[in-house]
Amino acid sequence: MGTATLPPPLTKKDFQTDQEVRWCPGCGDYAILSAVQSVFPELGIKRENFVVVSGIGCSSRFPYYMNTFGFHTIHGRAPAVATGIKAIRPDLEVWVATGDGDALSIGGNHTIHMLRRNVGIKVLLFNNKIYGLTKGQYSPTSEFNKKTKSTPFGSVDRPFNPMSLAIGSEATFVARSVDVFQGHLKETLKHAAAHKGSAFVEILQNCNIFNDGAWFSLTERDARSEHVIQLEHGKPLVFGKNRDKGIRRKSDGDIEVVQLGNGITESDLAVHDAHHPRPSYAFLLSHMEHRPGFPTPIGVFRAWDDLPRYEDVMNQQITDVIAKRGPGDLGKLLRAGDTWEVK
Amino acid sequence: MSTLAEVPPVKNKREVLDQAVIRFAGDSGDGMQITGSQFTNTAALYGNDIATFPDYPAEIRAPAGTIPGVSGFQLHFSSNEVYTPGDAIDVLIAMNPAALKVNIADLKANGILIVNSDSFKEGDLRKAQMTSNPLEDHSLDKFRLFSVELERLTRRSLEHLGLDAKSMDRCKNFFALGMCYWLYNRSMDPTVRWIEDKFKNKPLLVEANKLALKGGYSYCEATEAFQISYEIPPAQLTPGLYRSMSGNQALALGFVTAAQKSGLRLFQGSYPITPASDILHELSQYKDFGVMTFQAEDEIAAITSAIGAAYAGALAITTTSGPGMALKTEALGLAVAVEIPLVICDIQRGGPSTGLPTKTEQADLLQALFGRNSEAPIPVLAAATPADCFWVAIEACRIAVKYMVPVIILSDGYLANGAEPWRIPELKDIPDFPVKFASDPVGFLPYKRDPQTLARPWAVPGTPGLEHRIGGLEKQDPTGNINYEPLNHENMVRVRAAKVAAVAQDIPNVLPAGDLEGDLLMVAWGSTCGSITAALKAQRAKGRRIGHLHLRHLNPLPSNLGDILKRYKKVLVPELNMGQLLWVLRAKYLVDAVGLNKIQGRPFKQAELEQKIEEMLGL
Repeated sequence: MGTATLPPPLTKKDFQTDQEVRWCPGCGDYAILSAVQSVFPELGIKRENFVVVSGIGCSSRFPYYMNTFGFHTIHGRAPAVATGIKAIRPDLEVWVATGDGDALSIGGNHTIHMLRRNVGIKVLLFNNKIYGLTKGQYSPTSEFNKKTKSTPFGSVDRPFNPMSLAIGSEATFVARSVDVFQGHLKETLKHAAAHKGSAFVEILQNCNIFNDGAWFSLTERDARSEHVIQLEHGKPLVFGKNRDKGIRRKSDGDIEVVQLGNGITESDLAVHDAHHPRPSYAFLLSHMEHRPGFPTPIGVFRAWDDLPRYEDVMNQQITDVIAKRGPGDLGKLLRAGDTWEVK
Repeated sequence: MSTLAEVPPVKNKREVLDQAVIRFAGDSGDGMQITGSQFTNTAALYGNDIATFPDYPAEIRAPAGTIPGVSGFQLHFSSNEVYTPGDAIDVLIAMNPAALKVNIADLKANGILIVNSDSFKEGDLRKAQMTSNPLEDHSLDKFRLFSVELERLTRRSLEHLGLDAKSMDRCKNFFALGMCYWLYNRSMDPTVRWIEDKFKNKPLLVEANKLALKGGYSYCEATEAFQISYEIPPAQLTPGLYRSMSGNQALALGFVTAAQKSGLRLFQGSYPITPASDILHELSQYKDFGVMTFQAEDEIAAITSAIGAAYAGALAITTTSGPGMALKTEALGLAVAVEIPLVICDIQRGGPSTGLPTKTEQADLLQALFGRNSEAPIPVLAAATPADCFWVAIEACRIAVKYMVPVIILSDGYLANGAEPWRIPELKDIPDFPVKFASDPVGFLPYKRDPQTLARPWAVPGTPGLEHRIGGLEKQDPTGNINYEPLNHENMVRVRAAKVAAVAQDIPNVLPAGDLEGDLLMVAWGSTCGSITAALKAQRAKGRRIGHLHLRHLNPLPSNLGDILKRYKKVLVPELNMGQLLWVLRAKYLVDAVGLNKIQGRPFKQAELEQKIEEMLGL
């Protein structure tokens, strides 16, 4: 094939629609939309093969702003709709845009089952720790004792940790990024895109109307390096403004924060292994943020791609049965079992 | 009706009858459903017309020997056409006191009663809350009672095989079946073939079940226990090749056929629920037809995965019962809004809530018609007999893809599990309905409609130049963009309703059975068809001028229904609910129709219908 026949490469503009984007000014969703629109043209996938599916919530308006096939479904059900699409058309590139309420509250069941099945869907969970579209009630990721419109005396729920939940469901790809870390976000999205099985990406996102500053401790320039640890496969777990702190494995299997120096060097630290087949280490990492003195990890927690995709197994089973029995003969099927002739 | 009662027992006599009703009843662990199915299969293969009524408890194994654990299987077989499993029974096989207690009221006077006398010990009687032994206290004197030591005799037939007592006792149902085969002069071959296939990896069980079956047969022959046996000649059915067909099986075959006729792949999203699960069991076997079955995590994922599959270009179905229907409600609204083809089967059961999972009812009609938020009309079809489910499945698929709408099929527990002879159709006689996906980007708009059907294009992902967005928010006509303008919304609501109403152009005019005008019209739908047909025949034979209109299309209704209602002095609407079709007919046609309503988890008896007809005719 001559290169002259190739269509011009896709650009960010090709993924923008003519629809007016209706998020609040200053919403973190704009940054996520921009990152996705930048990454999609780089994936080498035809535009018509992208399908963006969403549920309900601010994040779920996403498909209307992506010039691809798009399906804005109902609250919490995007993973199930997407599973149906992938089952019939495994060749399509299906991305789900969802939020903390959509994916973890009303749609929690579908989220865990999609992950355990390893359906080849990329899930972007916009986590702003609040219900935005319904104007400010606490969400399943809101911190304990959160004061909101529906909890004037503080919420009494303990929050979900989306990373722990996904890893606990044995998701094969689990990552976290932040709306305002554009470079990191795009890299994380590319990692997710490269993963064949279910890819679950939590994006910490600021709702500047109902929960402004929910992630400031991680995103403000002064605080960032002390409170955030960036996970990179094959690299030691180092953090801190002067890269002077790290995470070390203890003999009991737990982890601890250590100060580098005084005989402790990077070679004593845990080396991040995102490709480990078992999820227990990634689960340990996901719990760091709940522990005093520990940083919050971002990056790819887990990327183990040896498990076949659900839709491939489903279709392979059909292929195998046809190979064994031959293609079904409907006339024969209708005449199957005991029959008798009336003359 | 059958005439056992009129035949004096004569030694060794073989009597020719035109029909019989037999019921096998025992504990849920006694294998009554298998026994009944085997007798049914044998009767069908012999050429009798048949109708069956399996009736089993919701509990898998209620405490053995108790009333709630009783499982029954009734078969009506005849040399004439049959429409119902029969009101009263000629032969009752009762495997224990509880089964006797639950079923004896339905046995005709002088009917044959075969009981397993080994299970009438004091403890057995106590479990059935009986204070005296009915085999001894003369309470059964009006029946022809045959006390048979089924356990002892079965064990004796099998004692040389080296099986344990429990395994031997498990064969006693086939001993009883063998007796019934002798009683009705039936060949044991079909059941022997079934045993050999069923236990093909367990030669000992093949031997044991065959010996038990033959033991029962030989017992009758040797002891001349019954002194009489019966012959029911084959029925004169329309010529053709037949097989026995249940409603759920017919739905599954109908969907596979529809997939082939439309050129689409079949996708079923489903969550197990009684009495619909057999459709999933059936379709999951047909992978060689490219059928994809998905056992979802819940009822909602079952329907939403089907919506996703339909969006991606599959012939998508979801199958459930009433409680599952309730859970699917919101997704049904989505299917209406995004105008996607989808078929939803509601195999109705008694409700509300969990209700009577294994018993039949017709109380989801209004749910099917109206059970969604806002204005969300959906075409609704109902099957009338088990085999009719095949045709209804195909028609539902045809409507769904032609009009780009979800379509609801109503069946029920009675149709789902009941069986009748089915004349196997020639595939070439079933018209194709090839589907064309949108492919031309020039002038493409997601909600641009076909002027005749009002269907929007089916534009599947992966088609270059057709990238577009759909969703549950109100859309602009015809761009599909989000739009909240008042007049656009009213227009879209009206267009969606007009599209469903347009389905009426494919519904032929209906014609009542019986008199085309007269004193009384029965209007009904669904599984009551058989009992009403039988009642109609019996009443017309007595000179009554009555008709019967059985509706397959419940939304939209047939165009000429209003005219037909006016041709009769009175309208009776028999339903297994509190009067749901009645409500619709009264509201839509301002007709002073009257309901006959039964809500007992059981089908109508012919006699109940006849009584009501006579009452309404002032007789």
